[in-house]
Amino acid sequence: MEFKDWTVASAAEAMRNGEISSVELVKALIAEKNARDGDIQAYLTFDEDGAIAAASEADSRRAAGDTSPLLGIPVAVKDLINVRGQPCTCASKILEGYVSPYDATVIARLKAAGAVCAGRVNMDEFAMGSSTENSAFKTTRNPHDLSRVPGGSSGGSAAAVAGGEAVCALGTDTGGSIRQPASFCGIVGFKPTYGRVSRYGVTAFASSLDQVGPMTKTVEDSAMLAQALFGADPHDGTTALNPVPDFASALRGASLKGLRIGLPREYFVPGTAPEVTEIVKAAIAKCADAGAEIVDVSLPHTEYAMAVYYIVAPAEASANLARFDGVRYGHRSEKSDDVMSLYCRSRAEGFGQEVKRRIILGTYVLSSGYYDAYYGRAQRVRTLIRRDFDEAFGKVDFLLTPVAPTPAFKVGELQDPLSMYLNDLFTIPASLAGLPAISVPAGATAAGLPVGVQFIAPSFADAPLLACARAFEDTMA
Amino acid sequence: MKYTATIGLETHVQLKTRTKMFCSCLLRTGDEPNTNVCPVCMGYPGALPVMNRQAVKFTVMAGIALGCDIPRHSAFDRKNYFYPDMAKDYQISQNGAPLCIGGGVEIALPDGSAKFIRINHIHLEEDAAKINHYARHSGIDFNRGGTPLMEIVGEPDLSSADETIAYLEALKELLVYVGVSDCNLEEGNMRSDVNISVRPEGQSALGTKVEIKNMNTFKGIHAAIEYEVARQIDLLTHGGAVIQETRRWDGELGETQSMRGKENAHDYRYFPEPDLVPVELDEETIARWRAEVPELPRARRARMMSEYGLPEYDAGVIAADKACADFFEKAARAAAPVPGKTVSNWFMTEVLRLVGEGGGDISSCALTPEALAELLRLLDAGTINGPTAKELLPELFEKGGMPKAIVDARGLGQVSDASALQALVDAAIAANPKSVADFKAGKKAAAGFFVGQVMKASKGKADPKLVGRLVAETLSNL
Repeated sequence: MEFKDWTVASAAEAMRNGEISSVELVKALIAEKNARDGDIQAYLTFDEDGAIAAASEADSRRAAGDTSPLLGIPVAVKDLINVRGQPCTCASKILEGYVSPYDATVIARLKAAGAVCAGRVNMDEFAMGSSTENSAFKTTRNPHDLSRVPGGSSGGSAAAVAGGEAVCALGTDTGGSIRQPASFCGIVGFKPTYGRVSRYGVTAFASSLDQVGPMTKTVEDSAMLAQALFGADPHDGTTALNPVPDFASALRGASLKGLRIGLPREYFVPGTAPEVTEIVKAAIAKCADAGAEIVDVSLPHTEYAMAVYYIVAPAEASANLARFDGVRYGHRSEKSDDVMSLYCRSRAEGFGQEVKRRIILGTYVLSSGYYDAYYGRAQRVRTLIRRDFDEAFGKVDFLLTPVAPTPAFKVGELQDPLSMYLNDLFTIPASLAGLPAISVPAGATAAGLPVGVQFIAPSFADAPLLACARAFEDTMA
Repeated sequence: MKYTATIGLETHVQLKTRTKMFCSCLLRTGDEPNTNVCPVCMGYPGALPVMNRQAVKFTVMAGIALGCDIPRHSAFDRKNYFYPDMAKDYQISQNGAPLCIGGGVEIALPDGSAKFIRINHIHLEEDAAKINHYARHSGIDFNRGGTPLMEIVGEPDLSSADETIAYLEALKELLVYVGVSDCNLEEGNMRSDVNISVRPEGQSALGTKVEIKNMNTFKGIHAAIEYEVARQIDLLTHGGAVIQETRRWDGELGETQSMRGKENAHDYRYFPEPDLVPVELDEETIARWRAEVPELPRARRARMMSEYGLPEYDAGVIAADKACADFFEKAARAAAPVPGKTVSNWFMTEVLRLVGEGGGDISSCALTPEALAELLRLLDAGTINGPTAKELLPELFEKGGMPKAIVDARGLGQVSDASALQALVDAAIAANPKSVADFKAGKKAAAGFFVGQVMKASKGKADPKLVGRLVAETLSNL
């Protein structure tokens, strides 16, 4: 088996059958990374010794009779998730040198399951971006076309998996940061219902939107990771108490037959690249052929979603990023002589342009005299957006939409921040509503650039969503 | 021209929960700096706050004790500003939906009348870290950061430094009684921002207010208010204007100083805290917590006066400390038919003295209310005499046990047999002719000498009253 062909499921089975050990698998991963990452530039740091040691421990656990499904599976970690003893730069200069003193809950759960944290991958700085070009350290490339971006902000996660130098990865999604890079790189990217996965230890961008999710080659792999990640956490007061579904049984016998799939007309508008539209139409046809009922629905407040997001997210981020002040950890400017200049210089030196832009925007919309007009109003419109979905789900089981208006664009192509923001058009609304959503590969352009389709489900219907995605994946096989 | 002063307080009270407001770090003082910390209270990337239920309960209990309304829905907000003592550079506080609304406390004015000081609301937030300033640098100790802080925002109903201190004393007594804070001023458990303005007598519109922040001691607050009121009156009298600003109190120089330039008007950009779900209280929970609010000091004093026949002074002393009041009442009830006043006399002069000498508190001594009650019943019944009771009390205090068992074991029962005692009186008189002569010469005090001799001969067990009578009769018949 070539390394790039391993999935979580196939690797787990091979390890169960003694065909390969975790140490061998991790060593093979390291070899691939060393061979390919010069081109792809997905990884920021990789503790090779640490990963091999963890793999060895997994092998020992297996020898002792441990049968955990994720035992020995290497997982690439987006560089804003805290792993004790590892750097956590969030792709920012302001956290250069910072070493995490604790494990995020998602990491603790993976470690308990015997998975191996294997490498820290690139991202847009503080998860702000749609191309991974906002990283302070390097620009990750799309493995399908190295002149193009992998998408963002979880671009490193997507590129590592798509480029055959990771079996699976953790990403985070605030407005589309798992789904859009998954679409650009031709892999599966799953954003759970808000509250399903703990945010403790995940550097916050927008608290009411952030979610950790798996980025994998198959839907089954995403389900396996979700099984370990889901569940209430006493360290995170926003996690839901809903019982964790049994994903494996939900996926068994997954079928599109009889499912009512809604197409929100506001997502099928001019402005989307023709090749994307074609691929999405073909996907719809496949669903219909497989027995799904295709229903026209409307989400009338969709046009306000971008504005709502780019008010709410930066507002929350402006407070979440205030802690990076040079006092307790991270970059502290040497040019300061009093508290004010320590703050101003450390932050000016440490933050990149897009981060500064959003902090200022967020501060503005919360400021005295403007709160009601911007933040207050945006949160109220958010409720209307949520209601649109609730109503639509009264008529259909799932929604099917494009993921992004275009396939992967060229590095350096989008200079204007607003045109970059338009990438999130189709992914933002589900984030605002806290709904589970997934991007599944649906084809490629003539030039070979992947295009995914998005399925969206009602709140907490994560397992049915994965089942639907699995069934769709079958139609693509 | 006469002026009226208006004072309003925002009092921050540290709650005595076991752990911090949003994390499970222990609340302790005196430890090495930055040892009771974690990623949450240090504001590390990825850290999230989790609500301390006990802090919410304590705040609601304080609100109930202060007569506040308890809304069923309450929520937290982020208060954004930068300062080195702020781990996240925002404080989690409450802005629009605090835990308690309204209420107030009655204070006693010097002329005996009462004045009701209204409270606007009480909200819950987290305390900042402590900054220690040294010669060339400052150090920040995050041990205190994250301590649950209850902020009591009072209406500007106070008119003088005396009233302000009376208000703070009343708050302190109540909060300590309810058990939500130790209100130890030296440890910074109770700090107030004091807002002061003056206006010409008769004018209804309030004058420009000045804020003096973060004051600890009542003495300091009193002095600062008197100074600031005088300063403002002086300004206005000479045609000047009071500037709205924050001032600091310099205790050594005895003056307030402008902090203009250091404290600019903050735009806190409050918005709802997305990491915490709102607090939703149901009737059952509030009822349960209400039941845990003890009888408050004023009501308790009044009831003790009527139930036990205590004078106001005694009731005041005993009820000042809840543990003492609990002890006293248990003892007084068990000591029936001994009058309450007798119990309170013994409690105040003997028991509290022993407590003070021991340096501990009433809960740490071995003496039980039942033991004290039994001792006083034995005395009342004449089974033991006063001196014996006084002797036994310290032993019971140190070692515990019940007095009747000790009296029986050691034969300490009072000797009340008149003929036996007469024999001792006769013996004492026969043995001390000089004292007899003194008595006959007019030294009446010599009678006391004979009483003492008889008490000694009886090893302290004689009934002193009976002995006194027998000595007086015998001497008068000589």
